[in-house]
Amino acid sequence: MIKDLFYFLIFPGMIFSVLMGGILSWSDRKITARVQFRKGPPFLQPFYDIGKLFYKETILPEHGARLTFLAAPVFALFSATLANVFILLPSIFPGSGFKGDLIVVFYLLTIPSLSYIIGSLASGNPLASLGASREIKLIMSYELTFILALACIVIKSGMSLSISDIIAAQQEGGAFIGSVSGVLLFIVILFVIQAKLALVPFDMSEAETEIAHGVFIEYSGSAYAIIKMARYIMLFTLPSLMMTLLMGGFSLSGFGILWSILKLVVILLLITLIRNTNPRLRLDQAMRFFFIWMNLIAVIAIGLSIIKL
Amino acid sequence: MSKKTVIPIGPYHPLQEEPELFKLYCEGEIVRDIEWETGYNHRGIEKINESKTFDQVFFVVERICGICSTSHPFAYANAMEEVGRVEVPDRAKFIRTIIGELERIHSHLLWLGLAGHFLGYNTVFMWAWKYREMILDIFEKTTGNRNNYAMFRIGGVRRDIPNIHISDVKKMLDAIKPKLNLLLGAVMDDPVIHARTKKVGILTKEDIIDYGAVGPTARASGIAIDVRHDDPYAAYPLVDWKVITSDGCDVYAKTEVRLLEMLESVSIIDQCLDKMSHTKEGSIYNPVKEIPAGFGFGRAEAPRGEVFHFVKTDGSNSPARHKVRAPSYVNIATFKKSCIGQTISDATIILAAVDPCYCCTERMAFAYDYYSGKQIMNGLDLIRISQQKTKELKMKM
Repeated sequence: MIKDLFYFLIFPGMIFSVLMGGILSWSDRKITARVQFRKGPPFLQPFYDIGKLFYKETILPEHGARLTFLAAPVFALFSATLANVFILLPSIFPGSGFKGDLIVVFYLLTIPSLSYIIGSLASGNPLASLGASREIKLIMSYELTFILALACIVIKSGMSLSISDIIAAQQEGGAFIGSVSGVLLFIVILFVIQAKLALVPFDMSEAETEIAHGVFIEYSGSAYAIIKMARYIMLFTLPSLMMTLLMGGFSLSGFGILWSILKLVVILLLITLIRNTNPRLRLDQAMRFFFIWMNLIAVIAIGLSIIKL
Repeated sequence: MSKKTVIPIGPYHPLQEEPELFKLYCEGEIVRDIEWETGYNHRGIEKINESKTFDQVFFVVERICGICSTSHPFAYANAMEEVGRVEVPDRAKFIRTIIGELERIHSHLLWLGLAGHFLGYNTVFMWAWKYREMILDIFEKTTGNRNNYAMFRIGGVRRDIPNIHISDVKKMLDAIKPKLNLLLGAVMDDPVIHARTKKVGILTKEDIIDYGAVGPTARASGIAIDVRHDDPYAAYPLVDWKVITSDGCDVYAKTEVRLLEMLESVSIIDQCLDKMSHTKEGSIYNPVKEIPAGFGFGRAEAPRGEVFHFVKTDGSNSPARHKVRAPSYVNIATFKKSCIGQTISDATIILAAVDPCYCCTERMAFAYDYYSGKQIMNGLDLIRISQQKTKELKMKM
């Protein structure tokens, strides 16, 4: 029990992943700043942000459902943390986890977006509801792609639904990204991550210049700080899911640590570059992108992985 | 009939820097109707000018707009020179043209950056504004100011650009050209920008004529309307240039027109600098003793379109009536045609595409009672309130 709490709250759970997410968020902002001829924030800026928000007053919407409004960020934080624990534990303790935890992780990764939707609808703001409706449509478009990609990975690992088996299969036969279908999957999952993190070009649910941060418009103070923490965790969780499923997972010994960090940085760099070299897509364009192109690539990857390419 | 939601953009909204209110009546994501309100920022400049002398008015009209801060003095100078039948020396004409065209480049770069920002493309925002800094450096070199250049006077300009500076300015201009071409390529070759801006916010030729739109907004719909060409002033008839138009009618065409206009402006400035070096240094204005009674109007092509100034004089040293019409005043009305039927995402970029400038456009707003529709206050009431306030403040002192 105490061990589980430690896993959940400290390592590899909440505190560790917020720290890692903060560092990744800083590197994202720093790279962005350098691309745009700016200086960029100091190293601790993401943590200053959270700290400051906790000191600020939390303003509640007058006509909203307050309990739902406040509970939604907590759900987002806990589910993101839980997903992170399930993804990282099999890398740290080989063989841990249970059968079907891949499916659990899939669901847990959807809950943050869903709770943002519920929270923003509870606030009663027209711009927030517009953002929520955009987020719902976006979820509907990328989740199918995501599940196709996961199905392809299950096929590649010899019909196994547990993350530790997937890692074991990669340790025996080489990382999945080494094959043609693996490269296709990498592209697909990269765009799904981009959409799940709500980064440009898929940030229409919070589009600052259109609907003024949409789903988060009414959040302030500690509630917003919790949302920020959940988002930092997602920024760490989703690349590590990609590493676990396609690139052989983490390793904590000797050169392995450096190698893991390098993989993480490469994924983050790709995400940052995509977000800095594209304008925001319109919702229908994003849906078409996932429904037609990404699903097509995922299906091709499934076909290739059946014939073992 | 489904219920329409009102999506407010403004009075304070990250999309626009200035206070104004757009009410988008939406069904889902589709805009069905649009209403707008300005008047948050009325400063009564036309009235102020009646209490200033002719020379002081330049500094007031310069502050109508922070971005096109030379097109208003330009139009006002044209108006005053028509009233007083003043001739302007050639060197002053060239300097006026140079300042006007530099301003066009800086304004278009500013718009390009903002348009990128509105699309969520912050890299374009930062890059365009970085290169705009080079233009501001030229301004600082030639006029001493980065903004509000205070270069104009009746009959000429206030400061000369010495011949020894011309080669420096040319060097700085040459440095800008590759940057402009870089931005041109970055925008023209980006498939995602094409996807976001092509066939969005269509304004047909008829719409433009119906609403009387001017400037790049009209030129992007294939109408070659440009005061510099239609009613030549300053040194524009003396140099070789062409009016840029595009037949796209959409937001992309407006971007294209502005980008190409910047390159055209660079070539105009280049020619002006060349021709200017052959004129006599120091002869930059003809002294004006007095302005007779009468009236005149002046036009100038601001980066956003035609600026129109009307001045009536009565033989004294200040205008009896001064009327300003800024280009955004006519361009904003086209939203009724271009926004309706588009999604909210597109509506925001359409709103930005005419490069609206609300501080130029602000007009006196009247307050009406919401229920009875009766007018509560008019201009005289507001003047009375303001005078009362001043009196109270004086009493306290």
